[in-house]
Amino acid sequence: MATASAKKLRPKYLSLPALLFEIRLPLPGWISILHRISGALLVFPLTAWLLWLLDASLASEAGFEKIRTHYLQLPLVKVGLLVFIWAYCHHFCAGIRFLLLDLNKGIALRQARASSVAVLVVSLALTAVFGARLW
Amino acid sequence: MVNRIITGAHYGMRDWLAQRITAAIMAVYTLIVAAIVLMNTPLKYAGWQSLFAQGWMRVATLLFAVSLAWHAWVGVRDIIMDYIKQDGLRLMLQVLTLLLLGAYLGWTIQILWR
Repeated sequence: MATASAKKLRPKYLSLPALLFEIRLPLPGWISILHRISGALLVFPLTAWLLWLLDASLASEAGFEKIRTHYLQLPLVKVGLLVFIWAYCHHFCAGIRFLLLDLNKGIALRQARASSVAVLVVSLALTAVFGARLW
Repeated sequence: MVNRIITGAHYGMRDWLAQRITAAIMAVYTLIVAAIVLMNTPLKYAGWQSLFAQGWMRVATLLFAVSLAWHAWVGVRDIIMDYIKQDGLRLMLQVLTLLLLGAYLGWTIQILWR
């Protein structure tokens, strides 16, 4: 009897509108999916872009000055850097949370929710601080 | 009989552990370099260039780059395995990821030891 009920097809309810508007992810779930999104963004294209910046800024003094006085002043470049800063800070903070969870620290629901809030707040605050320096 | 899938993972904890160890290496590097850069703002070319001219910094950055490639390989492969169900496409994306990460590593070495 147990196998018969296990084989029964269960309805799936994962349409796009359901995923977007009806199924509400708890906060730790948001931290997790944002960790994934920020990680993907960091692999591509952000690492390529930063390597290019590192390359050009180290190659010559002229290249360094051109980046500093011209390239980094472009609004689109600043927005891109802001995205990089947020992605790095979020991935960093959420990653430390996951490392602690792996070590069985803060796995009770209350602490897990509190640390999720902390990850969001700290990474956004760091983004704001570095973003303010950028502008 | 273990039913292994060609585009699957290694069915062990090696990658899981490697991802966490490389994460710790990158976190330490990040804090050290961020501290150095923030203590030397506004940054000038001479300071920037001499920072990356030092042997320890080049080796540390290389370790960071290797950690990044390894860490990102595990992470991106997890993402691909979660969302891409078609074997051919999955294998192609995994190969592209390896090529991209390998290129990053080569580029980093080229920048560091110019």
